[in-house]
Amino acid sequence: MRRPLTLKDHHHEQRIFSVRLVVGVILVLLLTSVLVGRMIWLQVIEHNRYTTLSDNNRVQTQAVAPPRGLITDRHGEILADNRPDFSLEVIIEQAGDLDQLLLELGKLIELDEGDRERFEKRRRTARRPWEPVPLRGRLTEEEIARLVVNQHRLAGIRISADPIRHYPHGILFSHVLGYVNRINVQDLDAMTLDQQRNYAGTHFYGRSGIERFYEDTLHGEVGYRQVETNARGRILRVLEEQAPVPGQPLRLRLSMRVQQAAYDALGERRGAVVAIDPRDGSVLAFVSRPGFNPNLFVTGISYKDYSAYRNDHDNPLFNRALQGRYPPGSTIKPMYGLAGLDAGVTNWERTIFDPGYYQLENDPHRYRDWKRWGHGRVDLRDAVVQSCDTYFYDMGFKLGIERMHRYMNQFSLGQPTGIDLYNESSGIMPSKQWKKAARGRPWFHGDTINASIGQGFVLATPLQLANATAIMASHGKQIIPTLAGERQPVERTDIVLNDQDNWEKMTEAMVGVTELGGTARAMASGAKYEIAAKSGTAQVFSVGQDETYNEDELAERLLDHALLVSFAPAEKPAIAVAVLVENGRHGGSTAGPVARQVMDAWLLDQQGELNVPPVFANTPVTPPSNAPADGADNEDRP
Amino acid sequence: MSQREFIRQMPGQTGASLSPGLALRLHLDPPLLVGLLLLMFGGLSVLYSAGGESMDLVVRQCIRFGAGLTVLFLLAQIPPRSYRFWAPVIYSIGLVLLVLVLVIGTEAKGAQRWLSIPGAGRFQPAEVMKLAVPAMVAWYFSERTLPPKLTDVIAALLLLGVPAMLIGLQPDLGTAILIAASGLVVLFMAGLSWRLIAVAVIIVVTAAPLMYFFVMHDYQRNRVDTFLNPEADPRGTGWNIIQSKTAIGSGGVNGKGWLDGTQSRLDFLPESSTDFILAVLSEEFGLVGVVILLMMYLVIVGRGFFISWQAQDTFARLLAASLVMTFFIYVFVNIGMVSGLLPVVGVPLPLISYGGTSVVTLLASFGMLMSIHTHRRLMSY
Repeated sequence: MRRPLTLKDHHHEQRIFSVRLVVGVILVLLLTSVLVGRMIWLQVIEHNRYTTLSDNNRVQTQAVAPPRGLITDRHGEILADNRPDFSLEVIIEQAGDLDQLLLELGKLIELDEGDRERFEKRRRTARRPWEPVPLRGRLTEEEIARLVVNQHRLAGIRISADPIRHYPHGILFSHVLGYVNRINVQDLDAMTLDQQRNYAGTHFYGRSGIERFYEDTLHGEVGYRQVETNARGRILRVLEEQAPVPGQPLRLRLSMRVQQAAYDALGERRGAVVAIDPRDGSVLAFVSRPGFNPNLFVTGISYKDYSAYRNDHDNPLFNRALQGRYPPGSTIKPMYGLAGLDAGVTNWERTIFDPGYYQLENDPHRYRDWKRWGHGRVDLRDAVVQSCDTYFYDMGFKLGIERMHRYMNQFSLGQPTGIDLYNESSGIMPSKQWKKAARGRPWFHGDTINASIGQGFVLATPLQLANATAIMASHGKQIIPTLAGERQPVERTDIVLNDQDNWEKMTEAMVGVTELGGTARAMASGAKYEIAAKSGTAQVFSVGQDETYNEDELAERLLDHALLVSFAPAEKPAIAVAVLVENGRHGGSTAGPVARQVMDAWLLDQQGELNVPPVFANTPVTPPSNAPADGADNEDRP
Repeated sequence: MSQREFIRQMPGQTGASLSPGLALRLHLDPPLLVGLLLLMFGGLSVLYSAGGESMDLVVRQCIRFGAGLTVLFLLAQIPPRSYRFWAPVIYSIGLVLLVLVLVIGTEAKGAQRWLSIPGAGRFQPAEVMKLAVPAMVAWYFSERTLPPKLTDVIAALLLLGVPAMLIGLQPDLGTAILIAASGLVVLFMAGLSWRLIAVAVIIVVTAAPLMYFFVMHDYQRNRVDTFLNPEADPRGTGWNIIQSKTAIGSGGVNGKGWLDGTQSRLDFLPESSTDFILAVLSEEFGLVGVVILLMMYLVIVGRGFFISWQAQDTFARLLAASLVMTFFIYVFVNIGMVSGLLPVVGVPLPLISYGGTSVVTLLASFGMLMSIHTHRRLMSY
């Protein structure tokens, strides 16, 4: 490789190179200083900022939800507890081909459109990398097994267990316990900042019934945990922990046994039963049928299940005991009787002749008695025992609507009873002023006549009827029906009659109702205690206009509602029961036996002997470990 | 070309060395070797922490170091005139291979970089070009008078531009730029006129935005966007740079201590054992550790400059200076990118990052440096 031509000036070239080398060295030093400067900027000047960022990265403060308080009946039978719910989650970063994974999972477990939609939505919302995204809840044992067996080829799946609310007796307590479901933005918005802080880790919120009313008691206090996590969100260690304060257990005054008896006695019929201990206002049974399965609502009810409930003509989501407003019919007569006696418009000796109808002066209209040919000559006791309408038309007209209204208000008709549940209906106990305001029409005499037998404008809930009956049973002592805990002292004053003996006499008349010649004699046969009762039927004028029924159904739904109020033992009452059977026609024969079974469940012991349980004592009871629910009653025996 | 053949070989008196005689006979340069070994050893300790105390990673890196040192030793035995003689040949073969890569190359991570050789695994021709391009440009200028004329400059630009472009097509922008830079360093050292340098700088400054809008791939454009504003997508493309700055910044002056860096240990820092290993070092050893690392690099670079200054012909000088300067550019680009000064381009931190071929290529370049230094002949000044 010899090139003879150009004479290279080596010294010149070396000089050029040396200069360039010096420039190169300077450049290197300059750039190195830039790097050192950058490091000083990051590590000295901005050090605190980045330390905070680094700590925020690894240290997370997590809210720890308190376990929700258990709910038991008066004997400690568990009505609501917390059980682990297994759900399938996907860690997107680990999953690889997501569509393929979902396809595979779809073959193993059931994934419906809703699951997929929710998953897609959650996947797209802001989250930390490696944070698992829930795909499906309520995995069955079998599904878990199938997933675990196939886990090796399903990268990125995770099965997690979180406690969720569970109602072991399901439908039985649906309308009284209510249910919890997922807490939502509206719930949180309605809270104070302090409450929001307390709900930071909570997923569930009491939505109705006891669960809603006692939310604060059952919820507890949030706990906190400072944890160090890695970038995948895995907790490596707990740095600091403040344990949550568990929600307080709630012991209801309900008796599982009485509730079950009421539920079974109603059978497949639509209706409601409310039983109250008149000695202390304890609600012993609170049933509305049909009910619903509260467990379906906890993790979000499926559209299918929900529309099945919504479209059911029997309206299982409707709480008939609390919100159903029915004409009380003849069940209101004993109270009217007491009002008439107290106001002096009648007495026990006065009699009238009942030709089968009642007529006002100068009015050709005949107000019919339920017995077309009339009851003949009757006094007040006969009028109660035989449920003579004409006697009460006459007495009611003399009493007048204003006095009727005032007296019935004292029996908590026309106003809320104050039970520890929200959304209680107050029913209607009309007055002239009420009609003017509500209907814009003046009061007519005919309105008074209709109201005199618990029809017309008068509407009451089964709960109100039970409560009014309990007040009767306790001779006017004011009662606030109570499902749980200690209640505020009674705000209403006791009813004091001019002649307090009238309580006893009216009770005696009501006992007559269950004896030979009474309208509810069927319920008392073979009873080991005396029962005071009053039956009633409520006329149904129309069915809901937007509902469609076939003819048989229509005919059935136009039948009278059967009603019955009762208390026992008559001389020393320990239970007051109101029964409503929709379209049950005859209060005495349909509703009576239901009330009887409820009373037996409360008043009789295992051997079928009369053994009146003591009043509710708010002391904790250890739940029976394996004793049957009914057997728990024994704990009340000394 | 053989005008100095009569000069006797100089007996080993090459500055400070432990046993000059032996080192010279083995054609090794003790200061450079010690510097490299210290750097490699320090790198292994950082790698041990970055890899989550995995000995596996360390062992595999040691194997690479072993392979690299073997290549270093072998290349040091070859005299510089052989490099000069073979430079055009190797360069030409490399060029052919680069074309082949584009045609029949194996794809990995969306780029065609590998060439599979049946029975012998696969390799990246671009790695060969890292050495062949500066050697070729140095060869070209060694045949010409310096400072270069404009035609020579254009020829040199073609020599470095063609392979850079082919690599850019793979696409591997980082390597393309670094290979172009290694050739440009030769141009600069050869005495490229300052006027031309000024013109080039102006052209680059004006061309950069045009490149951004018309030439770059989307993923490359994303990197630039992320560099300019990493907080725009903190969970996505900005994640790396935010986490690496956080790691560096939270290290402070003294660091969190070896094996105690939370950012890397808790997996917040991606690529912590490869391209972003400096963030681990900065987090655990702090500013002190970074400065010590830079000092070690400076010692190696300084020694390299000394070697190129001592080199006895134009080819050796230019090649040595280019290899050293390219080494430093690696260091600067990597640290610049990890600390958020430069956009993220896939450049490893020399001899610290865990990585395959780059370790061998780097040590090979130091083998060539040692060859240049130990094959000098005595010259009387």
